[in-house]
Amino acid sequence: MSSHAHAGGSTVHAPMAEPSGFIRKYIFSVDHKVIGIQYFLLALTAVVIGIVLSLLMRFHLVWPNATLPFVSGGQMSQEQYLALVTMHGTIMVFFVLTTAPQGGFGNYFLPIQIGAPDMAFPRLNMLSFWVTFLAFVCIVAAFVVPGGAPISGWTGYTPLSGLGEITGPGEGWGQTLWIVSISLFCLASLLGALNFIATTIDLRAPGMSLMRMPLTVWGWFVTAILGLLAFGVLLAGGILLLLDRSAHTSFFIPAGLVVNDQLQAHSGGSPLLWQHLFWFFGHPEVYIAILPGMGVASHVLSTFARKPVYGYRAMAYAICAIGFLGFMVWGHHMFVSGMSPYSGFAFSVLTMSIGVPSAIKTFNWLGTLWGGKIQFKSPMLFALGFVSLFVSGGLSGLFLAQPAVDNMLHATYYVVAHFHLVMGVAAIFGIFAATYFWFPKMFGRMMNEPLGKIHFWFTFVGAYCIFMPMHFIGIAGGIRRYADASAVGFLAHLQPVHEFMTIAAFITGAAQLFFLFNFFYSLKFGPKASKNPWNATTLEWDTDSPPPIDNFGGHYPSVFRGPYEFSVPGAADDFIPQWVEPSQVARVR
Amino acid sequence: MPSTIVTEEIELIHSGKGPGGGGFSGDGGDSGDSSGSTRVPQRAYITGMFIALAGILMFFMAFVSAYIVRKDMPNSAWIPLQVPRILWLNTLILVASSFTLARAHSRFSAKDDEGFRHWWATTTFLGVLFVAGQILAWRQLAALGIFLASNPSSSFFYVFTGAHGVHLLGGILALLFVQFRATRKVTRGTAIEVVSMYWHFMDGLWVFLFLLLYLGR
Repeated sequence: MSSHAHAGGSTVHAPMAEPSGFIRKYIFSVDHKVIGIQYFLLALTAVVIGIVLSLLMRFHLVWPNATLPFVSGGQMSQEQYLALVTMHGTIMVFFVLTTAPQGGFGNYFLPIQIGAPDMAFPRLNMLSFWVTFLAFVCIVAAFVVPGGAPISGWTGYTPLSGLGEITGPGEGWGQTLWIVSISLFCLASLLGALNFIATTIDLRAPGMSLMRMPLTVWGWFVTAILGLLAFGVLLAGGILLLLDRSAHTSFFIPAGLVVNDQLQAHSGGSPLLWQHLFWFFGHPEVYIAILPGMGVASHVLSTFARKPVYGYRAMAYAICAIGFLGFMVWGHHMFVSGMSPYSGFAFSVLTMSIGVPSAIKTFNWLGTLWGGKIQFKSPMLFALGFVSLFVSGGLSGLFLAQPAVDNMLHATYYVVAHFHLVMGVAAIFGIFAATYFWFPKMFGRMMNEPLGKIHFWFTFVGAYCIFMPMHFIGIAGGIRRYADASAVGFLAHLQPVHEFMTIAAFITGAAQLFFLFNFFYSLKFGPKASKNPWNATTLEWDTDSPPPIDNFGGHYPSVFRGPYEFSVPGAADDFIPQWVEPSQVARVR
Repeated sequence: MPSTIVTEEIELIHSGKGPGGGGFSGDGGDSGDSSGSTRVPQRAYITGMFIALAGILMFFMAFVSAYIVRKDMPNSAWIPLQVPRILWLNTLILVASSFTLARAHSRFSAKDDEGFRHWWATTTFLGVLFVAGQILAWRQLAALGIFLASNPSSSFFYVFTGAHGVHLLGGILALLFVQFRATRKVTRGTAIEVVSMYWHFMDGLWVFLFLLLYLGR
């Protein structure tokens, strides 16, 4: 590093040429920025599908006997409802919550924020996007194959998922496509994780030490490590499950299983083995979805409170601690599986210990806000919403973490409410905060502020209206996968609550049109964005909006300070960017 | 050692004098010999291989843990598999290939290109021999009527050998690539280093899997 030729705080290189031709530039591009936008658009498509599926479910829960034009037979069957559950969960978890924050924003901004011209392995990057795309095509294709979409849930529990058509419609072709899709997704995510980690380790600009990295980079980096260690395990599980289905092995299928009056020719497999393999991946996956959001929330809170992140080091270590602990708690998804009480106790204590780094983060977010000159711009609102939802959803996790309580709440709407708030909606708020924050940098135009605020308030209030009552349905014993609870005696009186939630869901869903309109309108007609419209400090604001092909237009930046130098006493401006040399910092006279 | 070559390359890039150091080509540098692209420091490829091996290790450890759990299940219907004796020979061949690879490595460091090519080709040959031996082992089992779905023990045997075999075929392709394609001076050292890491890892992994299948049946 020492031999770097410094000229005005940066290394000068000849600018590089953009690839000509539409296909090399926009389709099979190796530019991490184009790939990031491709991931983002893929996730946007997926989230629209996922929301429509969830609205259909909410509709069916309240009006189970309604005649629907697009359903064969007019009325939705219970199996069709389960197919909606499965596809909503799968599409949302994999193709939205994993794809948008990491594949989308991580791809676009990690190299820029560390001062690199691209990812370490650009062609590998392109490959991981296109494999993800293929996985998405596979999962969507499950809707149209004979039998339709699978019904075994996003967790694909065996033996339901391991036996083929005999266990229900959608368990033939649909389930096979599900496994193929997930396996491809694992492969793509592994390649992506490799790229993220190598890039962060080896491509940082001079001066960008680990403890000067923006917390967003910490989020993406630790997420990539989780992905690297978790996705391979699910891939292995997927291969074994595929063999059980197509080669009649018995990894997960027990002996003597009778389905539809037919004895299945399997011997001695363990359905719980699948659960262990799945949740060894599945729990880190929760953090894969939320850690980038934590990074974005920290980043945005600091920028719009005009204050340094409170306890930066503690924040970075807390991300690492959450990632580390995330690998040792998968058993809390299986408390009712008949595991040894000692195992349950260990998983329980470890699970609750995640509350410690989570509380550190929450405390420090509040500390960052304390005494700040807060600017309530759209990204800031969504970052604040993230903190609120993360706390509301996280607290119920402490109840679920106790085996004795979980015995009652397992597989009820309480669990659904918990993970939707803490992992689903909170992560979505992280994605929205990132979108409003970085849109000017990505597309060179500003988004509309009033529309952004309207979008925020509808979504924020709406999310609580949908998911808070859901806790009570769960405590009252509402089972999460029942297609029609109105037919169940002890649940029938809860229907008005379901109606309220459904109405809230439709209003919240409709409010997303504000976002879509704002997004596409601003792409074309938004006011031009300057280099640094938020007066922010990290390296992406040192370059044009949008950045040139090599990110910094022929010069590579050097870094002279930490990422969040806001309101430094004695400085003329209330922010000192990372790339400004100490001698160039304007001082108060 | 190739690592010194790698270091030199990094120095070149950082001093801005290296070939292609005057910018970066959108072509990227994944394969190590793409034209005019050395903007990525060569150590990133070493880092990348370390990371890839960690991911591959987790993939195989998932199988291994499934094996251990499945074998000791009550009512597991587990019939211990008599591993074909040819596996001993295959193992010996693969271990030998690591030694010939190390030999090729040191010949390269000594700038003895002919010696390098000789030992590198020998390694490739031993690799192909190993895969052929594994296929022979499969055929022997099949002749005895032991197939993928016959018993959990045979299922795992085919899964282990199959997954490892696929990874090893990838290694053979990489060996061939270095032999015939990776000719640029600066990236060749890195390619040799990275492929060696992978090959030694696959060798060690096989020894582990073999011991597991043999002792842990």
